[in-house]
Amino acid sequence: MKHTEPTHAETTTNKSHFFIDSEYLSPKALETKHRLETDPSARKNLMEYLPGMEQIESDICRAVMSQMNCYDYSRYTAKDVKTALERPACTIEDLKALLSPAAEPFLEQMAHRARLETSRHFGNTVYLFTPLYIANYCENYCVYCGFNCYNHIKRMKLTMEQIEHEMKIVADSGMEEILILTGESRTKSSVAYIGEACKLARKYFRMVGLEIYPVNTDEYHYLHKCGADYVTVFQETYDTDKYETLHLLGHKRVWPYRFDSQERALMGGMRGVAFSALLGLSDFRKDALASALHVYYLQRKYPHAEMSLSCPRLRPIINNDKINSQNVREKQLCQVLCAYRIFLPFVGITVSSRESARFRNGIIKIAATKVSAGVSTGIGDHETKYTGKETDGAQGDEQFEIDDDRSFDTMYRDIASEGLQPVLNDYLYV
Amino acid sequence: MQNDSLNIGGHEFQSRFILGSGKYSLKLIEAAVKDAGAQIITLAVRRANTKEQENILDFIPKGVTLLPNTSGARTAEEAVRIARLARELGCGDFVKIEIMRDFKYLFPDNQETIRATEILAREDFIVMPYMYPDLNVARDLVNAGAAAVMPLAAPIGSNRGLAAGEFIQILIDEIDLPIIVDAGIGSPSQACKAMEMGAAAVMANTALATAGDLPLMAAAFRQAIEAGRNAYLAGLGRILTRGASASDPLTGFLRD
Repeated sequence: MKHTEPTHAETTTNKSHFFIDSEYLSPKALETKHRLETDPSARKNLMEYLPGMEQIESDICRAVMSQMNCYDYSRYTAKDVKTALERPACTIEDLKALLSPAAEPFLEQMAHRARLETSRHFGNTVYLFTPLYIANYCENYCVYCGFNCYNHIKRMKLTMEQIEHEMKIVADSGMEEILILTGESRTKSSVAYIGEACKLARKYFRMVGLEIYPVNTDEYHYLHKCGADYVTVFQETYDTDKYETLHLLGHKRVWPYRFDSQERALMGGMRGVAFSALLGLSDFRKDALASALHVYYLQRKYPHAEMSLSCPRLRPIINNDKINSQNVREKQLCQVLCAYRIFLPFVGITVSSRESARFRNGIIKIAATKVSAGVSTGIGDHETKYTGKETDGAQGDEQFEIDDDRSFDTMYRDIASEGLQPVLNDYLYV
Repeated sequence: MQNDSLNIGGHEFQSRFILGSGKYSLKLIEAAVKDAGAQIITLAVRRANTKEQENILDFIPKGVTLLPNTSGARTAEEAVRIARLARELGCGDFVKIEIMRDFKYLFPDNQETIRATEILAREDFIVMPYMYPDLNVARDLVNAGAAAVMPLAAPIGSNRGLAAGEFIQILIDEIDLPIIVDAGIGSPSQACKAMEMGAAAVMANTALATAGDLPLMAAAFRQAIEAGRNAYLAGLGRILTRGASASDPLTGFLRD
């Protein structure tokens, strides 16, 4: 799963407070959980592939990681930032300067440059989409995520009839692009199940994206045949040491398999792929650099592919400076987005509903080209949310609480009133 | 002045300004068309392929010729499918072929473009291929049945002007079809220059979309394109590059 964010109870004082013991867990489960949390030797080697995981030949990871590992952002000065802003085409060194603390006083200049690049490549258009969660079962223990397997939540997997019902409601709102999401459980949400959901989605939407657990090339190929054309996988953090301490159990723990997901998706015939780090899990400047370079190097290898970046962040925690110090404030998020735009003027940038309406209204005028609307991160609750109608059907719990809850219509109107052109579909499945 | 119309595939146009539509608000299209005096407007089929909500086709004034493009296509086959879809959507027989295998610069793939031109010309489309200015490719496009050739002037969206001007001039000199300069034209003066060179028409999109006042910029382009065309028709005066010309002819000694 990707839109990972600490649940409210988890975000208290420091990362050890990520660990919550549910009263519903058996003593044996609790024992395993505690062992995973406290004893690194109880955890699998995160670099080791699990049976069935395809290993591809690729040099992308080495290229990204060598740049990230040698990135010392304290080295960059105001002069480097000015040079970066004056150069017509941004180099990797320029990107490093733009992501450094030295660039913070230049945020306004960065925003102006970013806006220019955005308008050259995208004009004044802003794309709209909505996510549709079809299942929230998960086999991973990622300590910051509401769907994690030890978290006691209402689990649910929609039937095809329920999926179709949800899709009809979303499509009736006017939305033409959908992003299908699941928790990360191959057992509960198999590739075949997701494939059937894609086939249904093709009936109601012009464009179908997927944000599911990473799969092998042949499975991406199958899902493409079923109608999906875009694959999003969030790496969460490129800092492998940190990753190891946050993803304690399950296939998601295998970091390199996750890293190569986008490449496998492209090899499987997907038109485009999306990337992200969850900013704030580790050093956000290094993670932002790695995310941008992941796109950069893969684009050089697959120049035909469409690519986009997202920028979710762990939210700042009220009255807790200790956690806040590691988190990313709005100004820094804006700095990252501007740096992305200046370095990669041609890529889509998505800003999700976890950010506020105020932030999203501002950032679509600078760097973002895609926003979600009419969002629910729960399972099977679109009818209630869209129509206010209480339904008899069961609903699955949400992955995280969103901030910007604007409906499709409101979002459409708000974008237009900013002088921008909402676009519902820019895509042909050919 | 004699009739100076632009002929593309047997259709006559008085305007030599082809307007893009993909990068600005739909509500501005009508004003842009009017102030540009444009008779042809491009549109991305992938964008027109929408449901009831604000379809771009509803914003294009009647009487303007639609030039659907195949943007999003990566191969000749995909471009052909998109062109056929455009026809089904009621966009007419004109098609601008855009085939990109490069998402960063959106450079046209010349080889695939030739293949798509061949197929679509056989299906009686009026084919206007967007291409990288290469003389051999332009000739192949002529042979494949293109109705015009649309070389890029500079990377799309760059507003850099006639970066490929020398090569476009060769196409203008050697190819009998209309040469329509597409992509990269960032200002009216650059459009004027392209017309002075003998281009049959100019296409612009980003230059308008990024302007402060879109309709006013559309009008400025219109005037510049007309001025450039008139200059071309008038025949530009001699430009001396190295001092004055010798008063005594070098060949004055010849007797027979």
